[in-house]
Amino acid sequence: MQKHDIVIIGAGPAGMAAAVAAYDSGVKDVVLLDREQDMGGILRQCIHNGFGLHKLGTELTGPEYAAHYKQMVSDRGIKVYYEATVTGLTPDKIVTAQSREGILKFEAKAVILAMGCRERSRGALNISGTRPAGVYSAGTAQKLMNMEGYRVGKKAVILGSGDIGLIMARRMSLEGAKVEAVCEIMSYSGGLMRNIVQCLEDYDIPLYLSTTVAEIHGKDRLEGVTIAKVDENMRVIDSTRRYIECDTLLLSVGLIPENELTKSAGIKMSPLTNGALVDENRETSVEGIFACGNVLQVHDLVDYVSDEAEIAGIGAANYVKGLKTAKKAVGTVAGNGVRYVLPQVVHTDSGEDIALFMRVVKPYGKVKFTVSSGNNVLATATRLKAAPGEMEKIVVKKDKLIEANGDITVALEEI
Amino acid sequence: MIYDVAIIGAGVIGGAVARELAKYKLSSVILEKENDVAVGASKANSGIVHGGFDPEPDTLKAKLNILGVEKLFDAAKELHFPIKRNGSFVCAFSEQERAHIKELYDRGIQNGVPDMRILSGDEARKLEPELSGEVVEVLDVRNAGIVCPYELTLALIGNAMDNGTELKVEFRVEKIEKSEGIFTISSQNGEIVTAKTVINCAGAGSGKISAIAGDNSFEIIPRAGEYILLDKDEGKRVTHTIFQCPTKEGKGILVSPTVDGNLLTGPTANKVESADNTGTTISGLDTVMALSKKSVPTVNFRNSITSFTGVRSSEKNGDFIIAESDKVKGFINVGAIDSPGLSSCLAIAEYVAEIMKGMGIDLEENPNFNPTRENPHAFREMSDEQKNEFIKKNADYGKIVCRCETVSEGEIRAAIRRNPPARDLDGVKRRTRSGMGRCQGGFCAPYVMELIANERGIKKEEVTKKGSGSYMVIEKL
Repeated sequence: MQKHDIVIIGAGPAGMAAAVAAYDSGVKDVVLLDREQDMGGILRQCIHNGFGLHKLGTELTGPEYAAHYKQMVSDRGIKVYYEATVTGLTPDKIVTAQSREGILKFEAKAVILAMGCRERSRGALNISGTRPAGVYSAGTAQKLMNMEGYRVGKKAVILGSGDIGLIMARRMSLEGAKVEAVCEIMSYSGGLMRNIVQCLEDYDIPLYLSTTVAEIHGKDRLEGVTIAKVDENMRVIDSTRRYIECDTLLLSVGLIPENELTKSAGIKMSPLTNGALVDENRETSVEGIFACGNVLQVHDLVDYVSDEAEIAGIGAANYVKGLKTAKKAVGTVAGNGVRYVLPQVVHTDSGEDIALFMRVVKPYGKVKFTVSSGNNVLATATRLKAAPGEMEKIVVKKDKLIEANGDITVALEEI
Repeated sequence: MIYDVAIIGAGVIGGAVARELAKYKLSSVILEKENDVAVGASKANSGIVHGGFDPEPDTLKAKLNILGVEKLFDAAKELHFPIKRNGSFVCAFSEQERAHIKELYDRGIQNGVPDMRILSGDEARKLEPELSGEVVEVLDVRNAGIVCPYELTLALIGNAMDNGTELKVEFRVEKIEKSEGIFTISSQNGEIVTAKTVINCAGAGSGKISAIAGDNSFEIIPRAGEYILLDKDEGKRVTHTIFQCPTKEGKGILVSPTVDGNLLTGPTANKVESADNTGTTISGLDTVMALSKKSVPTVNFRNSITSFTGVRSSEKNGDFIIAESDKVKGFINVGAIDSPGLSSCLAIAEYVAEIMKGMGIDLEENPNFNPTRENPHAFREMSDEQKNEFIKKNADYGKIVCRCETVSEGEIRAAIRRNPPARDLDGVKRRTRSGMGRCQGGFCAPYVMELIANERGIKKEEVTKKGSGSYMVIEKL
């Protein structure tokens, strides 16, 4: 059994940023565990640009963004265990990992969960039809193309207009494949506007809204899909069924935080984010266990993952140093038009400004967000538009926060 | 060479027969049209060890089901396939169905099913709290269980192969000719196998294979059953297998834990044109969801992992057909094996051996027969301390490839080497569970492709999902 101040599970963007922040807050005994041979997580396969604009003020590719943080981790001499998959986590912060060196056991004063997320699979959607090869989650195809260097197919349909699906539509086009369609079951895209323009419109790839893949055809390799419009209950409208010949179907139908370890440690979960319930330091319901990045909530931009990880890293460091003093906890509540608010618990006596993150339930035009507690308005914010695909952030000032005497609600109104 | 026996079909029945015959001094070969064993109905069924109350008394089904159940539980000790005696509940939702329950109970007594009892709805809900409040009465069948059907098949064929049985995959039987007491069997590629006795275990294809051999006395009527498999988070909803009252078409929609801890729901029963018709349908999946919720209203289909279709090999008379052909001597049909074929498989195999003795074939015991197959899951069943020791000697077992089901590189490499060897991604999945979990291979597929290419000495472009034509990538960029 090794003893360390902080053990971080996952050395993707969240784990790396959390490690650096914890170290820089004065806790030097930090260990990173990762299941891959290298740090960086999914960034390693994201060879497109667009990373780092907010955080680093420059536009980088995924591997470049990862390299920036890797350098910071190695500059600090933080120990990283590679190809070490964590298989167990207990509430008393014993972490078990399986690696080529054997079973590793760590006893930590604080643990930071940074395991990221996985893609929703075909099965979770119950798409009917056959089960041929050629049906990939977008990230799997991305890995096969960008890390292993293989062409996965010649003619593709993409289901889901999340960012990975959009990025892969462009990527497949660049490699000579014909992308016949991107289908989105919702009446709006969940992807970033910049990706719809740069990945679809610039390549003349049609985006069909309120449309899904109704059936998969082909015995060995995919031969085609039937796409169809859906009604307001998401049921296929039979009269709109249309066959598209293709050898590849990419699914970009949502990301699911990978919280199996979290649940095994008895940490309380949010059904809205599918991540842990956390306070403003990203501490979970189990004292000394923190969470950040896509394992906590699915982010749009890696820059925001790094921000959140820094909060968790500092929080864990303060916990180890015994600096945790705030006591007055209130909950946060998603009001009108808001799907969730994170953190779910806020300490009003923390003495710091606190940023609330949220997503809206559907696309809106101009809206005004109001953060209130009872009759006290703690903060307001106006946006020219708001969409579920874009996370919103509203800061509540510390002197306002102290006025909160009960749950804090975030609601929006269209203006 | 002329084999003593050629077995057509590498499903659970072909496997059980092969393993039974490996106990004797016989040379045997299994001929399978697909790329792997257990890829027809043996991979897509309910995985239930039926108690034996359902078959009509005095049928082969009734007799072999009852005999088969205990043989399966015994064989698991030697062959290490996952099996569990969790018991079955057959639920009545009305007065009319209550009468049906009594009928099933009486029939079970007549068939010799041990240990049944009838519970009131409330008594049943004490044992299964998530059972629907609409259930008024339950037949509790305590000898019944669940088994992993493809792992059972793998174990049977693996053990037969370890004892000398040969397996030829991608051998689609196109012609069977007999001359001077010897059968000549030709494949689609013109490959030829000769044998003294042929045993037709071709499942949904058994009627056609019999006809090819010159006996068109029976016809398989394929009936598709659609299933939805759910995440392990749903696997604890029930401990028993929850049935509704059976109908002529089948045993109805069940809700059952699997031996791996998932929840399985299904099957529907639809007549289909062909046994290759293994697609799922929107209406079929809707039926599965609606009827599952009738038994267990709390099942959350948002936690679905996958859906699939299996095809039952039914025949108009409703019983198994296990006999030497009247028209073609030396040709044994083991056809029309629908439910409870899985439960009966080992009894069917012994019954086939008896038929062979009756045909005057000399079955001399093989003194070298080793009934034991190494446990393929020994590693995953170890404690952390044991794993640690094991990894120190075999570092590949330390590298986890499939995070959802915690499968290591060492286990995957072993599955590609062990009998019957995995040749493709689906083959690795059925043997190791890599790709069987929540992400459905999203993360591990590229790594497993690399291991298959590496172990088999082939290029990644040649790695398939499930044999010919099911390629994963086209070419190097």
